[in-house]
Amino acid sequence: MSDERTLDLLETKIEELRSLNQVDGMDLSKEIERLEKKLEDLRRELYSSLTDWERVRIARHPKRPYALDYVEAIFDGFYELHGDRITGDDRALITGIARFDGRRIVVIAQQKGRSTEENKERFFGMVRPQGYRKGLRAMALAERFRFPVVTLIDTPGAYPGLESEELNIGGAIAESLLAMSALRVPIVSTVIGEGGSGGALAIGVADRVLMLENAVYSVITPEGAAAILWKDKERAKEAAAALGLTATRLEELGLVDEVIPEPLGGAHKDFEVTADALKASLARHLDDLAVVSTDALVAQRYERYRGVGRFHRLESEEG
Amino acid sequence: MAIFRERQYLRVDVGQEKDESLWMKCKSCGELVFKRRVRENNNICPNCGMYFFHTAIERVHSLVDEGSFEDLSEPIAADDPLEFVDSRPYVERVQDAQEKTGLPDAILFGRARIADLPIVIAVMDFRFVGGSMGSVVGEQICRAIETAVEEHVPFVLVSSSGGARLQEGLFSLMQMAKTAAVRRCLADERLPFISVMTYPTTGGVQASIASLGDVIIAERGAMIGFAGRRVIANTIAQELPDHFQTDVFAFEHGFVDRIVGREELRDELATVLGFLGEGA
Repeated sequence: MSDERTLDLLETKIEELRSLNQVDGMDLSKEIERLEKKLEDLRRELYSSLTDWERVRIARHPKRPYALDYVEAIFDGFYELHGDRITGDDRALITGIARFDGRRIVVIAQQKGRSTEENKERFFGMVRPQGYRKGLRAMALAERFRFPVVTLIDTPGAYPGLESEELNIGGAIAESLLAMSALRVPIVSTVIGEGGSGGALAIGVADRVLMLENAVYSVITPEGAAAILWKDKERAKEAAAALGLTATRLEELGLVDEVIPEPLGGAHKDFEVTADALKASLARHLDDLAVVSTDALVAQRYERYRGVGRFHRLESEEG
Repeated sequence: MAIFRERQYLRVDVGQEKDESLWMKCKSCGELVFKRRVRENNNICPNCGMYFFHTAIERVHSLVDEGSFEDLSEPIAADDPLEFVDSRPYVERVQDAQEKTGLPDAILFGRARIADLPIVIAVMDFRFVGGSMGSVVGEQICRAIETAVEEHVPFVLVSSSGGARLQEGLFSLMQMAKTAAVRRCLADERLPFISVMTYPTTGGVQASIASLGDVIIAERGAMIGFAGRRVIANTIAQELPDHFQTDVFAFEHGFVDRIVGREELRDELATVLGFLGEGA
């Protein structure tokens, strides 16, 4: 984002003035104050009027905190579980048991790689069938031990490739949806970055669906929609706006329960603040769900999904 | 390659064309064939055996006992919650599809009998925005399942869909979760769910309800898979085998129980329902 570069430039200028101030004993404090105010105003202006496409860019920002960053910051211990017991261990989807303020929970999360090297292993957070099948294992374990499930969604989509198709990626997603729809423990899902289509929903059928403020959640990537509907990949910005994929829009549409605020500029600008906000929100929702009986919980989840959709009744032609 | 091309469907709306010509040229073999013969022949080219697309109602009639179908589809149509406009407004797209097909959306369902066994059957119609699943398709599938449960009969779903309907955004995605959740009602009542995958069963439909049948049957020539060839090519530029995402590919890799020709599909359903249904 070019505007973001302006902000960075301004920040650097202020730093420079500060160091001059110290070294030369010149009194530049007024100038610094003026620039700081300008920076703050600019930042507020820029980030309060983000386009949907800019949010997509923030959700995909290379510095954006990933699932394991939150796992480490929020939970008191994490015991990772590996492998689907059939095909292998998909590193794009992590599962494990965690302690969380006296609770024990099962975590299922998509994990992107920070470096090219790490992404070779993590497939940029694109999950293959063995990943979703590992997730199913973790869900079964959660149900057996009555641990609530916390999922963190951050994927461009399920991995599209020959290996994925050979192992029936569609079938694996379907099984995951089926399992989550009636799992007999509370489920809280949070979209922390990219919520990419069926690959995201496969770990997103939940009692509470939360989104970080700059996360996006969509039936298809803006680039994919542009290619299919506009026949022009370059029109992703328009597609992003049309798809209604931002957290606030989805909350308005009733598809998301809560939007968790991020610092100006995105979660990566102040990770601690973001992690604290997510932690507080997760704790509150888990507490709310903990007092609901299992039967009521499953029934409410069923009603939630049974009722989703927008349509209208047609006038009878006979009048 | 020829063998696979031979199994593809051709999109020819033999039942719906406005022109009154009695003949059509089969795009597969090039032969001039009598339209009525094609229609009477299950939309199969009498010369080369190529399958043409069935409309939803043609598919119903090709499968169920004559005169047994009673349409119970809800009279509902899609909203436009996102006020979606791409190359044209979504509402116009829907209106056009409604006029072209005479259907409110890409599916119909009802009560019927196959070899005298009562069932509820739902069939998608590819002509309607690629058979895509938005709120209405999701809702009709759920009501079909609920009807099957109320009447305590098996449920048959015939899919023909490119996947989720993009123009309804996340509402479409959520239909995957909705149909998967409701599918469980059949299991709770020990009612069989037979999923028939035809050309094409892909994307969000393959990744939800269509893959959750007790028995899954691929019609010969079906296309079955999650991500389309183009998506794969764009994302990872991988060489794909010729029979990628065909019925044979799906069978070899264990996604489906059987591959069945269109001519045998009715008998096949009667057989499997006979094994799974009550009092069998």
